[in-house]
Amino acid sequence: MSTLSIENISMRFELPGGGHVQALEGINLEIKSGELMSVLGPSGCGKTTLLNIIAGFLAPTEGQMTLNDHLITAPDAERGMVFQQGALFEWMSVRENVSFGPRMRGQREREWAETVDHLLDIVGLGDFKEKSVFELSGGMQQRVALARCLANDPDVILMDEPLGALDALTREKMQGLVLKLWKETGKTIILITHSVEEALLLGERLLVLAPRPGRIHREYKLPFADMGVGQDLREVKKDPEFSEKREEILSMIWDMEEEIMGRSEEAGA
Amino acid sequence: MMILIIYIVIFALAFFVVRYGVKKLVHSAEDFTSLKTVTFGDESAVRPDRWASVISVITIFLLWGAFTGSKWAPVHAPGPFVGDTVLTYTLEDAEGNRDDAQVMVRVFSHGENPPAPEVEPGDGFARNDAVLISAGRSKTIIFDKNDDAKRKDGARLVAIDGKPIGPDTVVNVEAGRVALTDKGAISLTPPQGLQMEPIWLPPPETVVERFWEVSKEGYQNFTLWEHLFWSLFRVIVGFALGAAVGIPLGYAMGLSNWFRGWFDPIVEFMRPVPPLALIPLVIIWAGIGESGKIILLFLAALWIMTIAARAGVSGVNISKVHAAYSLGASKWQLMRHVIVPNSLPEIFTGARVAMGVCWGTVVAAELVAAEKGAGMMIMVASRFQLTDIVIMGIILIGIIGYGIDILMRMAERYLVPWKGRS
Repeated sequence: MSTLSIENISMRFELPGGGHVQALEGINLEIKSGELMSVLGPSGCGKTTLLNIIAGFLAPTEGQMTLNDHLITAPDAERGMVFQQGALFEWMSVRENVSFGPRMRGQREREWAETVDHLLDIVGLGDFKEKSVFELSGGMQQRVALARCLANDPDVILMDEPLGALDALTREKMQGLVLKLWKETGKTIILITHSVEEALLLGERLLVLAPRPGRIHREYKLPFADMGVGQDLREVKKDPEFSEKREEILSMIWDMEEEIMGRSEEAGA
Repeated sequence: MMILIIYIVIFALAFFVVRYGVKKLVHSAEDFTSLKTVTFGDESAVRPDRWASVISVITIFLLWGAFTGSKWAPVHAPGPFVGDTVLTYTLEDAEGNRDDAQVMVRVFSHGENPPAPEVEPGDGFARNDAVLISAGRSKTIIFDKNDDAKRKDGARLVAIDGKPIGPDTVVNVEAGRVALTDKGAISLTPPQGLQMEPIWLPPPETVVERFWEVSKEGYQNFTLWEHLFWSLFRVIVGFALGAAVGIPLGYAMGLSNWFRGWFDPIVEFMRPVPPLALIPLVIIWAGIGESGKIILLFLAALWIMTIAARAGVSGVNISKVHAAYSLGASKWQLMRHVIVPNSLPEIFTGARVAMGVCWGTVVAAELVAAEKGAGMMIMVASRFQLTDIVIMGIILIGIIGYGIDILMRMAERYLVPWKGRS
């Protein structure tokens, strides 16, 4: 089984004018195959840094990570990433974007065509295969990004606020799509988000990070992701436990934000 | 000044006629765009009015024709006076006696060869004269050739058509403007009108005629098409060489610290040097032949293309690079499939600028020294006062420059349709 294990990761950025920022300190995590984990935290808590380290874009100052018992040192196709925006290749059609991974591995069209076309059907872009990506709406572009990541068949999918730039309605549909893909493909997913609701809906496990230095503050095990598969997500949100958890986490994050700001009066805005 | 006022009047008139006349008839409903507030940066709020463009071009040709007496223009500015007129002068001899005599003036159009008007000598010591003047010219009238009292005997001119005149006074009479020369002869300038003489500005049809002539017979040992071809050829070769060196150099500068550090001072120094300033040095080094021109255009295009390619590489969204790596691309694949295509819009922008600069530079270089080329053609023509060839050349240079830009824009739309839409 593929297990992602993160051992005592710390990340320190040296500032140009001297001094440094401790972005992460002593992160220990074990993520099992097929788990869907969402990561939440106030801005500046090192969420994206953590994801970039797992992806291999950044080397941690301390600690190490292993995936399937081998050390992570650089970006690799085994860890796919879905970005918030702007990571699609505009000079390629939808189909070329989605088949990018297989093509880079030297696969011929007959080898990847079936998977790619199937994935495009799943994300609902079967009719847009030959369109240019800049002709698509924001939501459709993120579907392409999801399909592109899945076409590469990674062990772990890292999502860096993939739905952050979408409008509320599209976002809700896409949340359903993420759950569906997770259940159908059984991939391990780590999802970073700003939205407490999204973190609750899409996380089997929910990690709350605290800032300065970035560290694990609290971890939850949640039933909502399983409930939400194939369900109307609005029904899940009506669950009393959902509201209770949401309030709890919201106030937790408020407290952390207030601590950063060093002021408590204006926080209610 | 007069032309400017007429131009402004036509501008305003056309605006009101089109706005409140034609458009009301063609489509009465205003669309939403016309209700939009004009804001900077919102390009779509202001679109060129096609009516205005067409009227603008017609106006220029109309004014050109009207002030040059063109056959094509329906109305004309008043031209120079042509025909017969008469001038009366009053001569005073050394004793103080006065006598009047007439000068018959015949003003003829350029190119005609009419006989001088016949006159009776008349009586008195001042005798009648006759002169021929070409339209638009002035003439010194030696009025006392046939007079009994001559200037060298102490006679002098005191009045024209009854208006007193002296060495420093100018009088305007029916025949035109009259002044006295240093030696006391009459200098007559018949009414000039408002039209330009062909030597300053030939009428459009002359330019068109000259165009046919030069395109068939050529000018200065080369046909018109050869002149234009050589100018274009130099631009294309110079630009191609500049792009062939500049783009890889720009990529190297965008990807390697060492290259960036090494070439930054050179590029940043050479960029603000106008290519025209290099012409003297290039002539010293390479002469006025083809190699000199191509070196100059190469240098003109090189820095622009280098900077464009460098900006294209540096401008890649880091997410795209990360995405390619996490999809399993190697460094070379990243280069080939992400960095290069991502830089194409910037490179196209650079190419458009470079082509424009090259076209301007080649014409300027040919003005300085060349054996053939559009710039050389108009420079030689100007030395011989062949204004029609000069104007024809300027128009052709403009059309070609505009054509190059349109072609580049079409290529851009076809090859990098994603430009500005990511």
